[in-house]
Amino acid sequence: MQELDSVVIRFSGDSGDGMQLTGTQFSNTSALMGNDIATFPDFPAEIRAPIGTVAGVSGFQVHIGASEINTPGDEPDVLVAMNPAALKANLRSVKKGGTIILNIDSFDAKNIEKAGYEGTPLGTPEMEGFKVIEAQITSQTLEALTESELDNKSKARCKNFYALGMTYFMYGRELDATIKWVEEKFGKKPELVDANVKALKAGWNFADTIEAIGTAYKVPAARITPGKYRQINGNTATAWGFIQAAHSAGLELFLGSYPITPASDVLHELSKHKNMGVKTFQAEDEIAACCSAIGAAYAGALAITTSSGPGIALKGEALGLAMIYELPMVCVNIQRGGPSTGLPTKTEQSDLNLCMFGRNGESPMIVVAASKPGDCFEMAYEASRLSLETMTPAMLMTDGYIANGAEPWKIPDLTKEFGPIKHKQLKGAKPEGEEFLAYSRDENLARPWAIPGQPGYEHRVGGLEKADGTGNVSYDPDNHEHMVKLRQEKVDKAASLIPAQGVEGEESGDILLVSWGGTYGATRMAVKTLQDQGKKVSLCHIKYINPMPANMEKVLKSFKKVIVAELNNGQMRGILNAKYEVGALGYSKIQGLPFKISELVDMLNRELETL
Amino acid sequence: MTDNPTYKKKDFISDQEVRWCPGCGDYAILSSVQMAMTKIGKKKEDMVFVSGIGCSSRFPYYMNTYGMHTIHGRAPAFATAIKATNPELEVWQITGDGDGLSIGGNHLIHVIRRNVNINIILFNNEIYGLTKGQYSPTSRPGLNTKSSPYGSLDRAFNPASLALGAGSTFFARTIDTDPKHMIDTFVEASKHEGTSFIEVFQNCVIFNDKVHDLQTNRATRDEHTVRIENGKPLIFGKEKDKGIKLVDNKPTVVALSDVDESELLVHDETNPIVAQILAEMRGELPVPLGVLRRVPDVVYDQQLNDQLADVKAKKGEGDMTALLNSGDTWVVE
Repeated sequence: MQELDSVVIRFSGDSGDGMQLTGTQFSNTSALMGNDIATFPDFPAEIRAPIGTVAGVSGFQVHIGASEINTPGDEPDVLVAMNPAALKANLRSVKKGGTIILNIDSFDAKNIEKAGYEGTPLGTPEMEGFKVIEAQITSQTLEALTESELDNKSKARCKNFYALGMTYFMYGRELDATIKWVEEKFGKKPELVDANVKALKAGWNFADTIEAIGTAYKVPAARITPGKYRQINGNTATAWGFIQAAHSAGLELFLGSYPITPASDVLHELSKHKNMGVKTFQAEDEIAACCSAIGAAYAGALAITTSSGPGIALKGEALGLAMIYELPMVCVNIQRGGPSTGLPTKTEQSDLNLCMFGRNGESPMIVVAASKPGDCFEMAYEASRLSLETMTPAMLMTDGYIANGAEPWKIPDLTKEFGPIKHKQLKGAKPEGEEFLAYSRDENLARPWAIPGQPGYEHRVGGLEKADGTGNVSYDPDNHEHMVKLRQEKVDKAASLIPAQGVEGEESGDILLVSWGGTYGATRMAVKTLQDQGKKVSLCHIKYINPMPANMEKVLKSFKKVIVAELNNGQMRGILNAKYEVGALGYSKIQGLPFKISELVDMLNRELETL
Repeated sequence: MTDNPTYKKKDFISDQEVRWCPGCGDYAILSSVQMAMTKIGKKKEDMVFVSGIGCSSRFPYYMNTYGMHTIHGRAPAFATAIKATNPELEVWQITGDGDGLSIGGNHLIHVIRRNVNINIILFNNEIYGLTKGQYSPTSRPGLNTKSSPYGSLDRAFNPASLALGAGSTFFARTIDTDPKHMIDTFVEASKHEGTSFIEVFQNCVIFNDKVHDLQTNRATRDEHTVRIENGKPLIFGKEKDKGIKLVDNKPTVVALSDVDESELLVHDETNPIVAQILAEMRGELPVPLGVLRRVPDVVYDQQLNDQLADVKAKKGEGDMTALLNSGDTWVVE
């Protein structure tokens, strides 16, 4: 058995073919076997696009490795294509010399035509240079299930497990975890358990038998930091991070949300955890969702609202209100491709300017961004902490890529890493004779948080400009200028509440690659590749965006070239150049797809040549 | 603060100067709400007044309670969450015909649909006042305003029909010239568990003066309004000499000299058909004032909190460490 350091497999088929499930099983099994992994589900915006068409292709890419893995991989080594459309949609991305497993049963004239091919793609020049395994996945599955009492349609549905079985053989995966999952999932229907397990084993046996596959490969366990691990995707980590933040602050968690791709899973996850003091409110629209969060914040909850670009645009006015109220709350933007409806199921980082500036008037918010699926937990906690400490609304930015992507995550020690959060909520009745000013300030310029139900603290908040101290409506010109600057200063001062900006690699050198948010996996691996070759390249990955860490300017100005790589048309680059006049160059990708490590390495090499 | 608070009206007057136009109907409503608050047996610190944007929405600044002046049309969402977060609070939403029925129409129907236990007062003056006089969703067709110099083309909403259509469990109508009726209505609204929706006919002296004149003018009001009471026949008129009878399923004015009281339409707050008939009584017919509909039903904020308690009782208090360690985990040595 030959050893591999890593392998990338893409399972691809029609939306109804169960590819997400197949990919998840492969990655779970690999994680349990000790590999480092990263995954990337890629599904169509249409729930049921026409069967057999390219529009209806659903894919799941998994990258497993014996060493550090940070991205789902640039190019698949193996493509499993359950129909001609899946082949057509993915062929271009498969690594040259890679393996393509085809469900040959689906390559009939009708499906070939639906996929948009003029004739069969099999044996054509575009298939040259790949190792093609034509497997009768559907018919062999049916054959393996001859004795099953299921109808033929149900039997055929087990074909994804046949394909999974083949890949399990090819990469020496153990079957136990998947069999256990099938038993738990279909426990009440023994005939389904039996059929799926049989299909899995039949696929394994087929792969073992045919010569085409030749050797099976082994991907040994990775050397990763010792500890207890689990898999987690970004949306789940986001949801759990907020529950933890609420517990750390001793507050109830309130979520106001409206369904939107790719943010809905946070709503789904949080609505499960009512026994952890989580209240979820599915509002009538995005605006109501945001306003409900502000109402809950006024009433004393740790309040959040979750959405994606179009929804964040709608929340803008309400976020400005939360800002002028000076109430704590977190708005989560799980970015997708824009503008407008854009590319709902694809990833992008094009809402940075929206999150920074997308409100009327001078309306600064705290903005942070998560770097990886597991990091969403930490940044949800951090967004909550900063908002509660400063009485300022915060924006947490993630994106579709890390929201749906999963990685192994070292289970944190909550007491050590996510301890108590201080907040400004007043307790009990106002002491006799004490003056209460709703807009008085502490050392962070944060105001007290008096909630309804507390005698003596009755006060009114509003969206009209308010006098500092009392909070009474004020149209005084000097007061307005003072308040605008004060609210900005409050956000600026939060720089003292965040960690310094770290640099991966030397603190000075030829090129500083700057990235932010969900691109960390790719930028880190690209920089590491060049550092291993002795190049003077370092990485500055930004998670705290507003305010930025106090040492940011020094970090940026210690390199000959600063290049900002981002999945948009240069928004972070614009912010850094405006703020620090650092003359940063940009590397943009705006295709609804994440960065490939190889394209970043190529770009950095080109830039090194022109120093 | 004692458990049984006794308040005077002045306890609810804030230190802020009231800045509505002289003669505005809002003054009487504010005063009546402040009086009503002394009669509902709730603590001042538990009261929250929430508003949107518009003349009426300045209201919370003038109440010495907790208050939120929010953004245009969205007050129901804030109020819903305040109540969901703390069901013990007494939440009042103040809105107008532009704020509540135009920009905030969607939120209004949904808060009524969910039957959140809040009280909503709709100041209906059939005009946009704060923006200086454009036609509103309740303006009568043909109205000449700054934005409709040749007459408004819009058909008008009937707030009662809208609320009933959204599943209102409490709908009442009152009038800014009758403080006693307002106070009684607000107190009844406060008692109701669920969304209490009160339409107040309110006069805008500047942009739509005398819009409710038929119902408020001493000379005409008794012939153009009917005070309704649960279980009582609909009788009105200065001399209480007229009644409403259903003729061919239509409410019709009859003289009590011709028709026996037993033949009159009897109000039933729990009957949705009666509520619909009353809601549609306008124009030639006297406008019903009082509680048109009052019916018990499930209440959203109570259910939300009960559900949390139920899940806790069934599954036990949730534990974050246990959650993190749930499902497939593995140890790297």
